[in-house]
Amino acid sequence: MTRKITFGSVFLYGTLAVLALLFLLPAYMAAVTALKMPADISLPTAWEFPTVINWSSFSQAIDLLKPNFVNSIILTLCATAGSTILGSLNGYVFSKWKFYGSEVVFTLFLFGMFIPYQVILIPLFQTLRAMNLYGGLPGLILAHIVYGLPITSLIFRNFYSQIPTALIESGRLDGAGFFSIYFRIVFPLSIPGFVVTSLWQFTQIWNEFLWGICLTRHADNPITVGLAQLAGGQAVSWNLPMAGSIMAAVPVLAIYIFLGRYFIRGLLAGSVKE
Amino acid sequence: MREASRDRIKAFLTLLPSIVLIAIFVYGFIGNTIWTSMTDWGGSGSLALEPEKNFIGFDNYVELFTGFLSSGFRQDLVNAVYYSVMLLAGAIGLGMFIAILLDRKPKGEDVLRTIFLYPMSLSFIVSGTIWRWLLAPQGGVNILPTYVGMDPLTFDWLSSTASILDFNWQNLFQILLYVAAFILILVGLWSLKGDSRRAVKRWLGPGIVIGAFAWLGGSLLPQALFMEETHGFNLATLGIIMATIWQYAGYTMALYLAGFNGISQDLRDAAMLDGASEVGYYCHVAIPMLKPITISAVIILSHISLKMFDLIFAMTGPDNAETGHPALNMYLTTFRANDFARGAAIAIVLFLVAAMFIVPYLVSQYRQRKRG
Repeated sequence: MTRKITFGSVFLYGTLAVLALLFLLPAYMAAVTALKMPADISLPTAWEFPTVINWSSFSQAIDLLKPNFVNSIILTLCATAGSTILGSLNGYVFSKWKFYGSEVVFTLFLFGMFIPYQVILIPLFQTLRAMNLYGGLPGLILAHIVYGLPITSLIFRNFYSQIPTALIESGRLDGAGFFSIYFRIVFPLSIPGFVVTSLWQFTQIWNEFLWGICLTRHADNPITVGLAQLAGGQAVSWNLPMAGSIMAAVPVLAIYIFLGRYFIRGLLAGSVKE
Repeated sequence: MREASRDRIKAFLTLLPSIVLIAIFVYGFIGNTIWTSMTDWGGSGSLALEPEKNFIGFDNYVELFTGFLSSGFRQDLVNAVYYSVMLLAGAIGLGMFIAILLDRKPKGEDVLRTIFLYPMSLSFIVSGTIWRWLLAPQGGVNILPTYVGMDPLTFDWLSSTASILDFNWQNLFQILLYVAAFILILVGLWSLKGDSRRAVKRWLGPGIVIGAFAWLGGSLLPQALFMEETHGFNLATLGIIMATIWQYAGYTMALYLAGFNGISQDLRDAAMLDGASEVGYYCHVAIPMLKPITISAVIILSHISLKMFDLIFAMTGPDNAETGHPALNMYLTTFRANDFARGAAIAIVLFLVAAMFIVPYLVSQYRQRKRG
């Protein structure tokens, strides 16, 4: 079947092209501003391509934000690992070892995903202070693991409900118990589930800001807080915030571009029931 | 058999730590915040590990909604309402539109999908920083029209003090009744096609009664405030709404695209055979079928707009009065002014609004799971 050029297809491609352009404009603006000499940045010429390409904003931004970047890496890796492993075990119980009231417990878990986090901020702050965890990364990691449990349990529960119960039953007939079924049958099948969940958690935790600013002291600020401080002052020269934005965006953008398929599955899992 | 019951215990024990954590960190903490909001915890000495707190009942809430000094909070609340409504309309409308276009399977669909969805992976701080620069007066978005031969815009995106749709906070109850009546009548008209008797009885009738009452008996209602105080839709929030739509339209697009792909080709062919046009297919077949997806999108987006903090913080700083939001107000009240009790009250107001959406959603999902 050959495609004919009709009014419909012109409209379709035309609209899509304009929309795509509009969606890319902010990224373009960030890139050209970051690559300009600070003196060349002015409002009327903001959209123009730099005459001289200047990479030094990036090295400056890296110098300034490196401690925050390292903090975010540690925070994100630990909290992602913790919440994903716990979520996998929870999902296994919620889908294959239902007990009386487990559906109610699951619904009560899900509620934790939808609360505005302001409502737990003050007690969280007090509790971390009482545990001597306020201000540092361990406290933030704990918070991210706990409040990550609802979404990770949800994704794994939906994932494991696709594993046929007959498989579990046959494992039990072979004399396998709760943990050996998990390690021998369920876990080997759940690599995609782990990829989806950990990518989702990675991007969520990397991008988080509210707890970062309320619960950590300066030296332990994650990248989002560092960037907000870099960009927040008055009379900023815009090359630096733009370079910092790109730096903060690169890890999650890389995940999204190269592993987008899994990212989208995580995104759908949060809202659409399987 | 004994083996099996031991396994059940193991399963429960595996879940137990998470249950305890959620019980404390979600439910215990919410309870604690409710308690805090009814005390006078704040001021000097409030950062002591055992701060002095006295129970004062609902005084913090009364102050927030009627106090002379809290008009900022009331404007923030109004901002949040307009913000949620505009974000829902914009992100769902645009996302659905793009999904319909991409459902025609144009060439390069994969690339286009990636382009529309990439903002979603970014931190609000990143996108807020970039959008702050884009919305700078005399630059960015404002000079874009000059590239297609038009005059530049002169709108002060983030600092405009203009507002539209102003109303007097004194008439709050009356306005709420009008809104309730409007929604009831709208739902009634919408479901009139189906079961018209139920539509009239359940929605239209009560809607008209409430509307008439608000109109005729409005002056009998108590006034929400002792003096006039106007609030409206601050135009400065438009820029923030635009940035949020840019970031989340791709999300609704992905939801609808997944939904459209799940509708079988047979059904589509059948609709076409019955003489449905492309537009008719989406309006009468596809989108009504995807009602659960629309509901999910409404829940998730309203949740995002209610806790909106990062984006506004990055775009205007935390204390820009024109673009305030209860979530920012809570942060400033609690961590800048050390007024923990008042901050807790703001958080509870946010929480109750969020719960209005979420609890019915979770309950209906729970019922579906029970049935399925």
